[in-house]
Amino acid sequence: MHELSICGSIADIVTRRAAGRAVKVINVRVGQLRQVVPDTLVYCWELVSADTPLAGSRISIEAVPARIRCRSCDQVTDVGAIPVFACGGCGGFDAEVMSGEEFLITSLELEPFFPDDAGLMTPHQGTGKEGSQGEVASS
Amino acid sequence: MGRFHRHDDGTVHAHDTGNDHEHEQEHATGDHSGYATGGERVEVLERIFEENDKTAAANRAEFAAAAVRVVNLMSSPGAGKTTLLRETLARLSGQVRVGIIEGDIETSLDADKLAGFGAEVALINTGNGFGGECHLDAPMVRSALPRLPLGDLDLVLIENVGNLVCPAEFDVGEDARAMVYAITEGEEKPLKYPVMFRSCGLVVVNKVDLLPYLGFDMEGFLGNLRKVNPAAEVMLVSARTGEGVDAWCDWLRALP
Repeated sequence: MHELSICGSIADIVTRRAAGRAVKVINVRVGQLRQVVPDTLVYCWELVSADTPLAGSRISIEAVPARIRCRSCDQVTDVGAIPVFACGGCGGFDAEVMSGEEFLITSLELEPFFPDDAGLMTPHQGTGKEGSQGEVASS
Repeated sequence: MGRFHRHDDGTVHAHDTGNDHEHEQEHATGDHSGYATGGERVEVLERIFEENDKTAAANRAEFAAAAVRVVNLMSSPGAGKTTLLRETLARLSGQVRVGIIEGDIETSLDADKLAGFGAEVALINTGNGFGGECHLDAPMVRSALPRLPLGDLDLVLIENVGNLVCPAEFDVGEDARAMVYAITEGEEKPLKYPVMFRSCGLVVVNKVDLLPYLGFDMEGFLGNLRKVNPAAEVMLVSARTGEGVDAWCDWLRALP
């Protein structure tokens, strides 16, 4: 259940990078060797984000399989579901991990509008021709 | 009611419905559906453990400044970490000045067992309101540092929370990682918890006094360990009888 504290770290990063804008989706890349259970991460995110400005956002996970490259024969091998760090070519164990240890936030998808309470944009009745507050640098 | 939309240039505004055709002609592009589509995507590419790793680096610098060697000791619950530590303290007493950072979800039971062996013990209870953290992370270890007289110590042993999954993920600023594995756990553990077994330079195989009674396949276990961590050093130990504990203490003394 380290997913809970991981969600705390995610919340810190997202809060800083979103800078007050409403977040819809948090795209997270998780390597197979990271021992993060996707369903648990999604569930913990609901707990951690509840009653915060990030409530309602969701985590979307991109899984990355583990691959190793043999230092002896250069062969690249998928590590597989039961991880065995042996070269598929020569059977040697002297291999470097090429992928599978990733764990990062790749991007955020923001709501298309600034939140109302940001004071930048509020719904209005109008002719559509008058400049609204949000209509800065209009083309 | 006005409808919001966003243009590709990043501008956002609202239209009144129906009577803004002239305005529409000014903006042929952009999402005019009025629905919450086409939100902005922000590249982040930030490692989730970045903050932990920064704190781990700060811990490491502090340990180095005090010339203290630090071992992060991990295992499943009941593998014998605390018993091994007790035996270790008994042997190193008077030779190596040892501090212990003890991670435990709720109690001080393990810390109590280590009291009276001449080491400074700093307990971290990892309870967090959700039932307790399953691991120590770098900020937790950092919180224990003010309670250890680092300048008067040679070695700090961090007894992590008993767990074969989560502790492996968190750098806490240690110089070396070791794990205690008990032969009562079964030969296949390295394959089930490869990240833990891969992360450790030393695997202490404990409870070898039980070998005659268990039918444990040592060669099978060592083969499985080699599959996930061919470079791991292995020591056969019984913390209960003391067998192999001297070799473990020598390993601690020789930490680079």
